[in-house]
Amino acid sequence: MHELIEATTTRTNPGIDPTLHIWGWEIVVYLFLGGLVAGIFVLAAALELRSGEKPKGDALRLMPFAALGLLSLGMVALWLDLAHKLWAWRFYLFFHATSPMSWGAWILVLIYPVGLLLGLGSMSEAQRAWLRGKAPKALASLLEKGFAWADGGRRGILRTSVGMGVALGIYTGLLLGTMPSRIAWNSAVLGPLFLASGISTGAALLLLLPLEEGERKTLVRWDAAAIVAELVLIALMLLGWATSGDAGQWAAAQFLGGPYTAVFFSCVVVLGLLVPLAMEAIEARRNVPFAVMLPVLILSGGLALRWILLTAGQHSAFRFLP
Amino acid sequence: MSASSPAAKRYAMTVDTRQCVGCKACVLACKAENAVPDGFCRQWIVEEVRGEFPRLSAEIRSERCNHCTDAPCVKNCPTGASHVNEGGVVLVTHGKCSGCKACIAACPYDARFVHPEGYVDKCTFCLHRVQKGLPPACVGVCPTGTLTFGDTNDPESAVSTLLRERRSKVNHPESGAGPNVHFLV
Repeated sequence: MHELIEATTTRTNPGIDPTLHIWGWEIVVYLFLGGLVAGIFVLAAALELRSGEKPKGDALRLMPFAALGLLSLGMVALWLDLAHKLWAWRFYLFFHATSPMSWGAWILVLIYPVGLLLGLGSMSEAQRAWLRGKAPKALASLLEKGFAWADGGRRGILRTSVGMGVALGIYTGLLLGTMPSRIAWNSAVLGPLFLASGISTGAALLLLLPLEEGERKTLVRWDAAAIVAELVLIALMLLGWATSGDAGQWAAAQFLGGPYTAVFFSCVVVLGLLVPLAMEAIEARRNVPFAVMLPVLILSGGLALRWILLTAGQHSAFRFLP
Repeated sequence: MSASSPAAKRYAMTVDTRQCVGCKACVLACKAENAVPDGFCRQWIVEEVRGEFPRLSAEIRSERCNHCTDAPCVKNCPTGASHVNEGGVVLVTHGKCSGCKACIAACPYDARFVHPEGYVDKCTFCLHRVQKGLPPACVGVCPTGTLTFGDTNDPESAVSTLLRERRSKVNHPESGAGPNVHFLV
């Protein structure tokens, strides 16, 4: 048997060797905030579609604007990661259907007007009056048109918001999942997994707001469903790898006995998913709300999921296969 | 002429692992020809030792971008900077590259890097020399005749003849990218 005992290379390119480390905290922050915003879009629109009424709490009514602020923060992180920052506009001279990053660049632009209309339509009369008072006179007619558009096609805007949220959430996962070269990313499950995680973290952020009791109960129930979906998708991801060829089995081994096992199962599966799910079950049955701990655990778990997967994927390559 | 036309060129390289002594002349010639900055390289030498002492075998390979037929870097580039040029050579248009690094993550061979000027850089098969009828710098300088460059769509080319007459392999065929650097074994 010709067992490989040593491989040496003269290549020591920065960012590439000894293992890939091109994407750091900036991409983790972006993927986390992108998912979070996707979740807020889906949930805010779905709550209104379900009840047929605008959100009751003032804070919840303004969440679409806060979501756009968070997305902008994420885009700043994304921009900081670019090696050629002045060339960022190049994304918008081209559309490449086979590049998830190209899809993402355009989704990020299209989601802003949808979010503005979602937010304008959610505002109470008091909030609108306040905004009218603060807005420059030159923008007054535009603002009135915005309110008219937001109110006029409300159901269409809500459905589009759900669609844009789903697109944003899925793309952040597919961005990694469609790269066969990175063995520990190469799973189509990453798209729906990041979407489910985004919906869960979005719900967690909303649960930190003062909510009407019915809204809170609905969000807790939807979050529990998202967490169960995440657990199923994580199991499918690991199962898919473990039952495939050498590359998949190597990827599965990273999380099932390998270097990422402890951190993944403790920070993501137990603290980020199972414990919050148990808290939600207690809240539903005993009516004991976990006001801060529940959202904080979910948000931390969502951040850890992206951090661990981003790192594990970069540390995976065909050249590491035995 | 499109790359898929029967008469189109399909450039490829063979690396004779029975000839390579790992002298690194190819690495240095590439750095000099392409002004590759200090601390970076577009090509490199890999030495693999197999077996147990004293029954050992060694293989030395001169490696670089594989100019894949179904290049994942090109598919993942959001700005069109990474593209397929004449003869199937994969190039990066520096002025279009935002340095997002998606192509680096997509490359099965880790053959790309971020140039200090902000764009992604890699082997070009020295297309600027090939277009003048010269071999790539690494091929021209190799003292043992390890490297052969040519058009695999031309059955009479040296590279086609070698691939026909010798046994060869490619790195990581499981990537599905269709690499065009072949290692003669």
